[in-house]
Amino acid sequence: MPLLRVDSMTHYFGGLRAVHNYDLAIEPGQIRGLIGPNGAGKTTIFNLITGRYTPTEGKIVLEDREITGLQPHQIASLGLGRTFQNLRLWRHMNVLDHVKMAHYSKITYGLMGAFFGTPKRTREEAEIEDESYSLLELVGVSHLADQIVTNLPYGAQRRVELARALATQPKILFLDEPTAGMNPEELAQMMEIIRHVHAELELAIFLIEHRMKVVMDLCQVIQTLVFGEVIAEGNPDEIRNNPMVIDAYLGKEVEV
Amino acid sequence: MGAGLESSTTNRSSMRNRLSSYWEPYSQVPWLGWLVSALIATLLEQLIGTPLARVLGLTKPPALFGLVIMLKEPGLIPSALVYVLLIYLVPIGLVARFGASLANKVAARLLDYPVVLSALVHIALLYATLHLWSGVSDYRLLVVKLTLIAVIVTLSLNVVNGYMGEFSCSHPGFMALGAYGASVFTVLLFVQDSRFGPPLLPLPLVLQHVLFPISLIVGGLVAALGALLVAIPSFRTRGDYLAIISLAFMFIVKSLFENLEFVGGPRGLGNQPDLATLPWVFFWTMACIWIINNFVRSILGKALNAVRDGEMAADAMTVNTRHTKMVAFLFAAFWAGVSGGLFAHVLRYINPGTFGIRKLAEVLAMVYLGGLNSVAGSVVGAVGFNLLSEALRPLEIFKWIIIPVLLIVLMVFRPTGLIAFTELDVGELLKPKVKPEEEVEYAAATR
Ligand SMILES: Nc1ncnc2c1ncn2[C@@H]1O[C@H](COP(=O)(O)OP(=O)(O)OP(=O)(O)O)[C@@H](O)[C@H]1O
Ligand SMILES: [Mg+2]
Repeated sequence: MPLLRVDSMTHYFGGLRAVHNYDLAIEPGQIRGLIGPNGAGKTTIFNLITGRYTPTEGKIVLEDREITGLQPHQIASLGLGRTFQNLRLWRHMNVLDHVKMAHYSKITYGLMGAFFGTPKRTREEAEIEDESYSLLELVGVSHLADQIVTNLPYGAQRRVELARALATQPKILFLDEPTAGMNPEELAQMMEIIRHVHAELELAIFLIEHRMKVVMDLCQVIQTLVFGEVIAEGNPDEIRNNPMVIDAYLGKEVEV
Repeated sequence: MGAGLESSTTNRSSMRNRLSSYWEPYSQVPWLGWLVSALIATLLEQLIGTPLARVLGLTKPPALFGLVIMLKEPGLIPSALVYVLLIYLVPIGLVARFGASLANKVAARLLDYPVVLSALVHIALLYATLHLWSGVSDYRLLVVKLTLIAVIVTLSLNVVNGYMGEFSCSHPGFMALGAYGASVFTVLLFVQDSRFGPPLLPLPLVLQHVLFPISLIVGGLVAALGALLVAIPSFRTRGDYLAIISLAFMFIVKSLFENLEFVGGPRGLGNQPDLATLPWVFFWTMACIWIINNFVRSILGKALNAVRDGEMAADAMTVNTRHTKMVAFLFAAFWAGVSGGLFAHVLRYINPGTFGIRKLAEVLAMVYLGGLNSVAGSVVGAVGFNLLSEALRPLEIFKWIIIPVLLIVLMVFRPTGLIAFTELDVGELLKPKVKPEEEVEYAAATR
């Protein structure tokens, strides 16, 4: 049984049909890729599944539970963690607090704990802090814990975003172009980190990427999206050799 | 010309060096040292303040560090300066300077215990100082109480406008709700009143004092209830509705009380029992600082920052953004209500006109002067603004020209306010300024 299933999801922005009849089934532990030209609707699919928009039609099921129409924070706490295509870090907050914040839904000390600084709060926040440090270590930025994020280089900011998404304890991690804007060195490191995280935390990963090397190296199954429709789905070799994919998307890039 | 420029900059930098070398020993003084020095200065004033004032040709000790006198009667400026120098500056300077090493030792020792103990010692010293200082005249007492109350409102508005990054204008309305709520409670229960009749609960004065906090909590809850009316429509959708809705709310509350005859309509409501003593006002201010500081440093409180700096990322990270905003807004309104209740019982008379646009301007000024997203900033903003405003009182109407101009100048040079975007760590604040080992080296170096 798949971990996450999307059945014939369609979404309109006004008159624009951004996603059409989209199906998806993610198995536990799988790494999946979503590729397609600019404006194909990839980010929109992420936003639909994670509850940012409610699909015009279709159904999203996470482990037997229908999550269509739930609030983003509810879906996130059910186990869909994500990063953003354009970094969305909190500009006045330090690195450690970013990761601690993503534990929000697990906090049980309540408002009274927050107001009066009860021992329970102290204990819980200390535990969260420990966990946060180990996540920062996992992605290799624990030495930056007390830095304000806006002072960090781009690659480090991406890692912080990844650690933050991991702190929500996702069953499936959604990565929207995790290597966008990185230099070759940062790119190689990021791929290593994604592999490491996947092995270490045993989660499924769904990633959008423009760089073919990344997708082909990491993913077991790849979907190709064009104008909101999946034109091909298969393993890296199948996708690489699919004439429709080459025609619609890969053609230019393979030559490069 | 180049040389002239150069020499003027070297002059300036040597002056700065000189200044900082004078200041150097004082930077080693921990808060404990300053508080003890201030306490000693106020004790000194108790002992010799009045005779000294007479000798200097002043009728009584200057109420506010001579600031008022200087503006009122320029001829007395030298006397006022000498008074301030002899009573405050010199004693505080000497005690702080030469008591620093002892104060550092004691501060270090205190932190061997839980930080609460150290905090309580500091708070006790602060209270003792305020108590003695305000004991000299009723005017001082009033200024101290109103300043403490201003600290509460400022902090609570900072939760919304600073930490949460929304723009709310409804705080005078919440103060009004708290003021009327608490006043009706105490007048109805405790006193004989022409409007409310005989006391429902005629208690001895001591018990009235003991029960006074209940009336403040009632006031706070009434304000929070009002906040719910603002919050429900404002936080339902994304967008900047809060500024408009909250402004409307403030005017609605004001005209509501103007039209409610049973609380006196536009003539206002008086006859509140004299329960807002300095200990209570001080207690509530400290409680407010402590609780709000606890809140904004917790993950639940920092969620406000996350909502402010990126709502989309916040809810993708499991933060319930709507709940977070509602809670913070009601929480802030509660404290504004408490401050309103205290305000009503300090002045023992309120009318709807007090809680209008001018109050709003004051509270906003205090928040932005002190600095957004900062507990320390709000304390500094409220105290600074109140002292300034009292000191400039003799200028009457010009006060309302000078204060805005000062604010504008400040905004030009420090756009975020005096102390913005900081976290107040009490343990860190109360730490000794010099560790015992360094102390030895420092003493050796200066010898
Ligand atoms: N909130 C929105 N309102 C209206 N139209 C939108 C919205 N979000 C996306 N679109 C449109 O939907 C289409 C798909 O956009 P989307 O961002 O999903 O593309 P993408 O595949 O992620 O592209 P890219 O590779 O550039 O990130 C585009 O035409 C875009 O303009
Ligand atoms: Mg995109």
